[in-house]
Amino acid sequence: MSLRYAAAVVGAQETDTVGVIPDKSAIQLHAEAARNALRDAGIHKNEVDGIFCAGQSPVAVAHYLGIVPRYLDGTSVGGCSFLIHVRHAAAALKAGLCNVALITHGESGRSRVGMDPRPPSPASIPGQFEAPYGVAGPPTMFGMGVARYMARYGLTEEQLAYVAVAQRKWAMLNPRAMMRDPITVDDVLNSRLICWPFHLLHCCLVTDGGGALVMVSAERAKSMDLPHKPVYLLGSGEACETPMVSGMADFTSSAAFRVAGEQAFREAGISHSDVDHLMIYDAFAHLPIYGLEDLGFVKRGEAGAFIAEGNTEPGGKLPLNTNGGGLSYTHTGMYGMFAIQESMRQLRGEAGDRQVKDCTISVTHGVGGMFAAAATLVWTNEPPK
Amino acid sequence: MSYNKPLPKATPETRPFWEGCKVHELRVMHCTDCGHTYLYPRPFCPRCFSDRTEWRRASGRGKLHTFVINHRPAPNFEAPYIIAIIELDEGPRLMSNLVGVEPDPAKLRVDTPVEVVFEDVTDEITLPKFRPVA
Repeated sequence: MSLRYAAAVVGAQETDTVGVIPDKSAIQLHAEAARNALRDAGIHKNEVDGIFCAGQSPVAVAHYLGIVPRYLDGTSVGGCSFLIHVRHAAAALKAGLCNVALITHGESGRSRVGMDPRPPSPASIPGQFEAPYGVAGPPTMFGMGVARYMARYGLTEEQLAYVAVAQRKWAMLNPRAMMRDPITVDDVLNSRLICWPFHLLHCCLVTDGGGALVMVSAERAKSMDLPHKPVYLLGSGEACETPMVSGMADFTSSAAFRVAGEQAFREAGISHSDVDHLMIYDAFAHLPIYGLEDLGFVKRGEAGAFIAEGNTEPGGKLPLNTNGGGLSYTHTGMYGMFAIQESMRQLRGEAGDRQVKDCTISVTHGVGGMFAAAATLVWTNEPPK
Repeated sequence: MSYNKPLPKATPETRPFWEGCKVHELRVMHCTDCGHTYLYPRPFCPRCFSDRTEWRRASGRGKLHTFVINHRPAPNFEAPYIIAIIELDEGPRLMSNLVGVEPDPAKLRVDTPVEVVFEDVTDEITLPKFRPVA
């Protein structure tokens, strides 16, 4: 069974604002995004019969919205969870297990309003085999492979820094982006050292916000009277590798990225040259490098130079992370929903000054945890024949 | 002064590892069917699924596989310090700290030979750390 053209996104919106939102709780952000997305789709909440979310329980989100769903999915494997929800929603819609799927994200990552703390148990596997050595959140773990990647492929500190510079160029074109001042490689390398190889500007923002998607069958989407184009799911893939970064089989490549990407491209039946627009989840500056290689856009060891040569920035041949990414747009903790939203904007032609011309195929690629999980989605605005 | 950093809490399948550290033995798990040697401890072989596994004493020697240098310390740690992935000569990799060397990326090379050094941090817990082989 293929999910190619099984489903489409007919509603896609974020919270009213993203960034610093101290007066709204996490679940309130889920609900605000959900209401915006349902309004965007022109679908009443009482029609929603499938609920998909992470961060909050689907039970909590459904009840908060006053919905009694007949399909629920609380897959929560980090920031790519929402990409996985899209894939699961397409399968559920195709199987007739639900008719209107609502996927929500809301996180008070910066203001911490209504967020449950999640201390790691000292008896968990990471609690036993990583915590005693002084790991202190993603900045101290996610970049673990970069030293080995540098030694193997000759990636320079300047090339790694340039990832943040290229994405800032996109953010400067995005009025909703938190960071919009131009930066240089020197700015990145002179910013505060967090955990070598990461300086402050190699690291994502920490923000509040949310987003939501409404999905229906492609058949229904095609016949709907919408003020914007439906966006069809052409291909999708998901995978997981390890609950601990120390468990990666190869520190210069993500097995989860490779498996998810290969599935998505094969199902979509497209080649890399067909891709007009690309989003690669960037919690830290090395992730677009790993993503470009593991998805097969460039050869091993070439992604640092590819970005530094300007190929992914405004005017380049492969527009990447056009909202500014987690580094410059927003990053609530689980950023994947925002990567999807930017793919939707580009395919609807709503991306303003940063709109990619003639954009018909967009790929969204997300990571969960520290290379723990991944998902890849291939989208198009061309209706099924 | 009492030790105030995170401590591992052993579970049934990992207890022999931590008991080994306490007597300054680095232990790894070995599958007698397929020959795979692995960490973290699991009561079956994650490669071939055999139940015929045993604990073995590792040499304590290995290589610095990759690393970061943390400048924003975890509570009660003193920055900067090196968080490293060590590849043991027997094959498994584990996270640890690289000690006895300056935390300067210019002075660290991946694949540098290292050896285990046991730190008795409490009466119950000993952590395996690694230092470059002299």
